Amino acid sequence: MPEILSFILNGKPVRLTVDGERPLLWVLRTDLGLTGTKFGCGEGYCGACTVLVNGEAVRSCQVAAREVAQKTVLTIEGLAAAGKLSLLQEAFVKHEAMQCGFCTSGMIMESQALLAKNPRPTRAEIIKGLDDHFCRCGTHPRVVAAVEDAASGLKGEVTK
Amino acid sequence: MSDPRYPDLGIDETPGSDEIGRRDFLKLFGGGIVIFFTAGDVLLAQEPTRLQAGAGAPADFNAYLRIGQEGRITLFTGKIEQGQGAMTVLPLMLAEELEVPQASVDIILGDTDLCPYDAGTFGSLCVRSFGPPLRAAGAEARAVLIELAAEKLGVPQERLEARDGAIVDRNDPKTRATYAELAKGQAIARRAKQKPALKRPSEFKVMGRPMARRDARDKATGKALYAGDIRFPGMLYGRVLRPPAHGATLKSIDVTAAEKVAGARVIQDGDLVAVVHELPDVAATALAKIKAEYDKPPVEFDDKTIYDHLIKVAPQGKAVAQGGDLAEGEKLAAFTIEERYLNAYVAHSAIETHTALVKLDGDKATVWSSTQSPFGTRTSVAQALKVPPENVHVLMPFVGGGFGGKTASPQAVQAARLARITGRPVQVSWTREEEFFYDTFRPAAVVNIKAAVSEAGRIVSWDYEVLFAGERSSQQFYDIPHHRTVVRGEWGGGRGGAASGHPFSVGPWRAPASNTNTFAREVHIDALAAKAGIDPVEFRMRNLANERMKRILKAGADKFGWTPAKSPSKRGFGVSLADYTGTYISMFAEVEVDRSSGAVRVKRVVCAQDMGVAVNPDGATLQIEGSIMMGLGYALTEEVHFKGREVLDLNFDRYEIPRFSWMPKIETVLLDSPEVPIAGGGEPPIINVGSVIANAVYDATGARLKQLPMTRERVKAAL
Repeated sequence: MPEILSFILNGKPVRLTVDGERPLLWVLRTDLGLTGTKFGCGEGYCGACTVLVNGEAVRSCQVAAREVAQKTVLTIEGLAAAGKLSLLQEAFVKHEAMQCGFCTSGMIMESQALLAKNPRPTRAEIIKGLDDHFCRCGTHPRVVAAVEDAASGLKGEVTK
Repeated sequence: MSDPRYPDLGIDETPGSDEIGRRDFLKLFGGGIVIFFTAGDVLLAQEPTRLQAGAGAPADFNAYLRIGQEGRITLFTGKIEQGQGAMTVLPLMLAEELEVPQASVDIILGDTDLCPYDAGTFGSLCVRSFGPPLRAAGAEARAVLIELAAEKLGVPQERLEARDGAIVDRNDPKTRATYAELAKGQAIARRAKQKPALKRPSEFKVMGRPMARRDARDKATGKALYAGDIRFPGMLYGRVLRPPAHGATLKSIDVTAAEKVAGARVIQDGDLVAVVHELPDVAATALAKIKAEYDKPPVEFDDKTIYDHLIKVAPQGKAVAQGGDLAEGEKLAAFTIEERYLNAYVAHSAIETHTALVKLDGDKATVWSSTQSPFGTRTSVAQALKVPPENVHVLMPFVGGGFGGKTASPQAVQAARLARITGRPVQVSWTREEEFFYDTFRPAAVVNIKAAVSEAGRIVSWDYEVLFAGERSSQQFYDIPHHRTVVRGEWGGGRGGAASGHPFSVGPWRAPASNTNTFAREVHIDALAAKAGIDPVEFRMRNLANERMKRILKAGADKFGWTPAKSPSKRGFGVSLADYTGTYISMFAEVEVDRSSGAVRVKRVVCAQDMGVAVNPDGATLQIEGSIMMGLGYALTEEVHFKGREVLDLNFDRYEIPRFSWMPKIETVLLDSPEVPIAGGGEPPIINVGSVIANAVYDATGARLKQLPMTRERVKAAL
């Protein structure tokens, strides 16, 4: 049944009337027109639809829209501020950590959550953190290098 | 709809006929200089002549470039970008011959109204087959510019040269004319010469230097548009009913509950049953409420018994290569090994499922589709709508991975039919289950090899027969006096499903045929080396005459730090060689095998590749890394399970593709061979992955794996 949901989306308050049972993924992609978040498998296996809810990485195909009421939602579109890419996005570009790019949004969002919790992850921690994200093009080595680089940048040890 | 990725071409009319000539065509662009060229017979041979060019284009060429009045260069090609880097590498080749910075070349991909006909993006052909004519067109454009400059500057042509976007007098560099100045007011259309003077590799300034991806920024910000991201007011989302098995027939259907979902409409149009709704997830919810009963076809075989079936129904073969006399060869034998190798059906599993949007305007259609073949899509949508192909305009967004699985666009046909019935733009996007079910799998295959080795450690006979994989990479490249290669059945022969011998459709999968053929050949070579008691690198070296192949073997061995030892050496080291349509590869791997579980851990992979010239070494390295990562799947886990014509693996829980935790340390070496034609790089190194791991497993354990994938169960059984 339609209900009114309020939440903060990419830093801005959103209020919409929507069936709260519907998956967050489709509300984002269809109702709100944010198509950077991708559908990959519909069962939460692949990670392409990952967004952050209150800073936690979630599979938006498995989250009912209702669950984000009064929370903050961050999607790939919300990372760059005023056209300036985030450190993590810059690192993905620099390391060419994508080919077809369809898994990239999910990879970046998961990495964002990972670095927020653990700004100095080991390589093994990065691999473990991303292990449930699938990339068919095989960009895994580049993604790990990008996250490592972004982490170094966050420590202030590397200037680009 | 205007696409922000396309530069504004100032085109305000599109002619309805492809009968017009070049001069009219040029008018579309408001003048400038246009060079037409033909990119290889391969690309032209597959559709009737009148469909070869885009609507409004002459039919005797299949690509062109334009130097606009403002001096900007645009390349038009029917190729598409699926992550392989075509949009980055092709402008490099043009920039090289035109003497301009690569950034001043725009590229328009796969737009069937603007771009000439192209059969599709597959086979690592972008650089190998499309590259040379593209460069020739660039050279022709350079020649035209020099002619124009000679006139404008009053300097003889011999004294002029192209330099950084301008034609310059060698004797007086201040006497110059930029391309913009030269193109202004011109309306020149030329065909590229058949044999233009192309630059030699030693003269390259752009080609052979690393260049970053053009699409990285858009893909890192979520701005890159895919077929599922295109939106129109009033559009509907279609979800399509899928049968439980291929060949199943619908017995009864009850759509009452589905139709009760607010806003949902159930459409039954012949074989197509679908629900459309303004929200895709609600369409799916309604579809799930349809009660359908089917008659399933009888179960004749499953993923275990399929090989017996394939052997039984394999078509008569043809010898694609032979030399000497096998009987004579066997007389020279110190020993002979005869073996059978098996390879499973595998899925493409691109993360983007097949998706298309079709918008109708009267009897004209605009299509956005995730496909490797925009022109094939145009034809099939036109047929479905019963309109001429020129009424269908296919536009290419980014494709979220293809790997051979998106060579057709059945989802675009579904969307077109639903758009016609509903009168609204319709998007059809397959679920992951549909993606697995309707996939054109890489065919399961059987290879039989009988080979003999002399006392001197030379392979003296090689009798090779491949069933169902196909011809590519089936011909061995060792120096063997008596040999025969027989191919029975092709991967392309399976579109018809059961009639082909397969329980479902099969088709090209990244480097078709070559994964199976390279696995069988290189494992067999390894078995011969082991039985001869000779180090597997030394054994290969001894049996090679091809100097280029010897060089790539040595380069890989050096990088890997190979030291000679008889296998099994317990080190877990493997080697494999391949020639993929002119790209030479040596691959080395180090593995660890857990004897209790049968799990294989690939610790390190070295790949040495010689593709003539790596036009974009950055892109080539990305493709090598990607091929190795993707290849781990078909080597270790990927296998489609089925019962009769029912596909049992319908999502990633059962069908296991490579993960971060599988990642080996990957090292690459790129060697140039400037004397040979430039070869492709999108597929080649994936073909070594199965054999290099199998050989490394043997080296670690003494267990010889002859069937892919090397699952834990199979490895345990072999131990």
